[in-house]
Amino acid sequence: MSNIPGELKYLSSHEWVRIEDDGETATVGITFHAQSLLGDVVFVELPEVGANIAAGDEAGVVESVKAASDIFAPISGEVIAINEELEDSPETVNSEPYEDGWFFKLKISDKDELAALMDADAYAEVCEADAH
Amino acid sequence: MLIFEKSSEGRYAKAQAPQTKAAVSGIPDHLLRKEMAELPEASELQVVRHFTNLSRKNFAIDTQFYPLGSCTMKYNPRGAHRAASLPGHLSRHPLAPESHSQGYLSCVYELQDILKEVTGMAGVSLTPMAGAQGELAGVAMIKAYHEARGDTERQEIIVPEAAHGTNPATAVMCGFKVKEIPVLPDGDVDLDALKDVVGPQTAGIMMTNPSTCGVFERQIEEISKTVHDAGGLLYYDGANLNAILGKVRPGDMGFDVLHMNLHKTFATPHGGGGPGSGPVAVGERLLPFLPTPIVGKTKDDSSFRWLDENDLPNTIGRLSAFMGNAGIILRAYVYAVLLGRDGLHRVGEFSTLNANYMAKLMADAGFKLAYPERRATHEFIVTLNEQAKTLGVTAMDFAKRLLDYGYHAPTTYFPLLVPECFLIEPTETESIDELEGFVEAMIAIQKEAEENADLVTHAPYTQPVKRLDDVKAARELDVAYSSAS
Amino acid sequence: MPFVPHTEKDIEKMLDVIGVDSIDQLFDEIPSHLRAKPLHKVPEGLSEMDMMRRLSERAQQDAGALCFIGAGAYEHHIPAAVWDITTRGEFMTAYTPYQAEASQGTLQLIYEYQSMMSALTGLPISNASLYDGASGLAEAVLMAIRGNRKSKSKRVLVAGSVHPLYRKTVESIVENQGISVDEVTFDSSLLNTPVSALADFEGQDYAALIIAQPNFFGTLEDVDALTDWGHAQGMLVIGVVNPTSLALLSAPGTWGETGADIAVGEGQPLGIPLASGGPYFGFICCTDKLVRQMPGRIIGRTIDTDGKPGFTLTLQAREQHIRRSKATSNICTNQGLAVTAATIYMSLLGYEGLSRVANASHAGAQQLKSQLAGVAGVTLASQASTFHEFILQLDKPAASVLASMAERDVLGGFNVSDYYPELNSAILVCVTEVKTQTDLDKYVQALGDALQDAEAA
Repeated sequence: MSNIPGELKYLSSHEWVRIEDDGETATVGITFHAQSLLGDVVFVELPEVGANIAAGDEAGVVESVKAASDIFAPISGEVIAINEELEDSPETVNSEPYEDGWFFKLKISDKDELAALMDADAYAEVCEADAH
Repeated sequence: MLIFEKSSEGRYAKAQAPQTKAAVSGIPDHLLRKEMAELPEASELQVVRHFTNLSRKNFAIDTQFYPLGSCTMKYNPRGAHRAASLPGHLSRHPLAPESHSQGYLSCVYELQDILKEVTGMAGVSLTPMAGAQGELAGVAMIKAYHEARGDTERQEIIVPEAAHGTNPATAVMCGFKVKEIPVLPDGDVDLDALKDVVGPQTAGIMMTNPSTCGVFERQIEEISKTVHDAGGLLYYDGANLNAILGKVRPGDMGFDVLHMNLHKTFATPHGGGGPGSGPVAVGERLLPFLPTPIVGKTKDDSSFRWLDENDLPNTIGRLSAFMGNAGIILRAYVYAVLLGRDGLHRVGEFSTLNANYMAKLMADAGFKLAYPERRATHEFIVTLNEQAKTLGVTAMDFAKRLLDYGYHAPTTYFPLLVPECFLIEPTETESIDELEGFVEAMIAIQKEAEENADLVTHAPYTQPVKRLDDVKAARELDVAYSSAS
Repeated sequence: MPFVPHTEKDIEKMLDVIGVDSIDQLFDEIPSHLRAKPLHKVPEGLSEMDMMRRLSERAQQDAGALCFIGAGAYEHHIPAAVWDITTRGEFMTAYTPYQAEASQGTLQLIYEYQSMMSALTGLPISNASLYDGASGLAEAVLMAIRGNRKSKSKRVLVAGSVHPLYRKTVESIVENQGISVDEVTFDSSLLNTPVSALADFEGQDYAALIIAQPNFFGTLEDVDALTDWGHAQGMLVIGVVNPTSLALLSAPGTWGETGADIAVGEGQPLGIPLASGGPYFGFICCTDKLVRQMPGRIIGRTIDTDGKPGFTLTLQAREQHIRRSKATSNICTNQGLAVTAATIYMSLLGYEGLSRVANASHAGAQQLKSQLAGVAGVTLASQASTFHEFILQLDKPAASVLASMAERDVLGGFNVSDYYPELNSAILVCVTEVKTQTDLDKYVQALGDALQDAEAA
């Protein structure tokens, strides 16, 4: 699998997490591999700003023509921003999954949870297993 | 061109509306409509021509072989349609008194009895309006049964992974959690997996038999025992009842409740996506919970009458304003009357003969059956995985190219567990010539795929449109015409 | 056997190719003790001729009465062209348009249907139809529960003036999910729902308010005030409407300040025969905001690879065949054939024709009301405005009066006493454009005679 940035953390359900420079904020999206499995994304449902979500909660849905997948919260926290651009241009999830295709930002409530997430190498193995 | 685009201001079919516009009295102005609704403005001939021409852009059983797996697209007898369209049937109001309903009630009563006999069950309610509503009624009865015994711990419904999507969706609509269990490579349910998940939390299991893999579940008696021993009930999804009609009865297999799809098994028209009809049948234990209304007899046996919640105080209730798709029920009754006991007995036989014959021809022509070591039932699965990998021609491409050959495509990509699959159901009403013609078309497309894959991957060429942009349809949603846009 | 084309020779050839000796052998994977015995309780088959004779006799048994029952199913004139075209085999014997290229007829027709329902209700999104009005209301409730993010409750509020059989249907469908349906009492002298009746529910958390226009009694509600009240309380507003009446009465999308959120109803008046209650179809329309909560099929317009316009199923990721246990509903089919008839009906009548039907029905009901004013033992239950139905209160038991009218081949209305005991002996009477002055006179006569019979008894 080609596109798995080394600086991010991952879930086996194909979400990525970036810890921002302030150390308090986490940005969440879906991986290159996930968007390629789904095909052309036509809609993204995001959580509401201000919502408190726990790690493992369903935080949204990403939809293509023939499939829909839940997006799970990788860690707990309060939603402080959502990517409103996706409403009009869901295709950004396909073209730039790690940049402008991000889904939402969380104010991290428990930094210990970060340890449970996968690094790029572990996630690459998940994708590899998927291919078989 | 849309009918709206053929409109001219002020035009309408003048013979079809009251000749004068009556005055309105006594309605406050703020409750009245202020702007006219944008309906078409066309003459009667324009309308007739527009919709007749639209109809010609459809494939249908009356025009083409339609081997759509799991949908049982058999011939819809014209006689049934004619009988259900007799003026006395069409003009009967659903709330007409029983004194003016004996003709209709007698048909319903007799059909209830026929369906009890062919399914081996103790009671029938005809009200569910489609298979999915029958499922809802069935699972709601399972829930009501456990609750009536004070057993509120049963929160799970077990569903094999090959099941129709309606099964898990229904279980959730009834407030249950879904436990999916795997299917073995030979098409039977993984019994060990079932034994692992079954327990005091199990409300029931939903099964299709023959399964969506097109094979008969051979361990059905053991599954029945396992679930019953744990206190759960067995739900039979009647989608594939055509395969076994007259040969095996769900009641004898141990099922407690089932729905039938009259538009499949009892040959009522599919109507471009409905109306269907999904009656439920139950064993003794679930009799008190049947949805209302049902037709019964008066005490002195002299006439028919409606049974409602006064007769069935534990009913799960009503599923429609009146009594379901009454006209479809009438067509199914006529179908049963025309076939009679011998005819119904042979439905399963000839649908199975046709499927096995086609499966053999396909296998002999080099197509790969998903379950080659098994008997086909009324349908069978071909996998085109090899073609997709080596030629870049998918099941979808074969499906589209079949349209050019004048055949409706089989069901594609279902069940999900077989890659690049075709689920093929010929039904008993197709002749040997049609079956052979379809196989010949598949052989011809295979040859095209090998020699000129592009030809197949860009099909169809002979239809009103080529392949459509589904992504645009979903991203730039346009679901209603407006002259303003 | 009827409808099976095989000759003896065909069967022999097929068995030979398969490599079995008999058809029975094809069932050898089924344990032999499970095999069914002959279906003794099913009668012998009939020829088409004999079947038609039996069915004609039975149809005849139920025919011939003059019907003034409405209560959710209405007798309107159906232009001959409607069912002539609807029953073309290409419409009647097709199935769900999964292969879009081979189903453009059905797909374009449903797109046109969606456009017409959207125009009538004043709401931008329509689906391809649901089973009927009552089950459609249940789907609307589930939609509101999912779609109202402000509400945390699993409760909806329904006006007691909504059709009692609709309310029963909603309860049997939604109670499985632990959703409760609380009732608002109506004003028994006006037979509608004043905003003051809602005072008790002020400030409470409900996902939706359900109102009907016209309501079950045929009476008009002040939908503007009720809609605004619901919105002020953070509820979604669901309007149950009669499609014919929408050519006369304000569209749900224009109710109050911002319009109702969901409109739902029975499509039968649009060209579907009474036919014992079905097949009819339920229509449902909603705001853009709720589109992804919509159950059932939706058709969208798009283009093909040559850029030519075409139609296809869209937003399928909401549906059971993809979402399985997370689908918006378990529904797969719509009522395609009934929708075909309704689309042709609306095309023939246009807005002008439909409004003539609506006005004539209303005027006929007003006329009958005024003729009944002089009949002893009959009282008009409410002076409030009505569409084409109204409640009569009788000074004799409704059941026996209606039975006596039926003996005169006049079906005098629907007995509502069982559903609304507070109205005492009451019947719901309907008049549509098909009733002539002679019919109305017959009604007045039959009712008068029946009351006299009751007096004598």
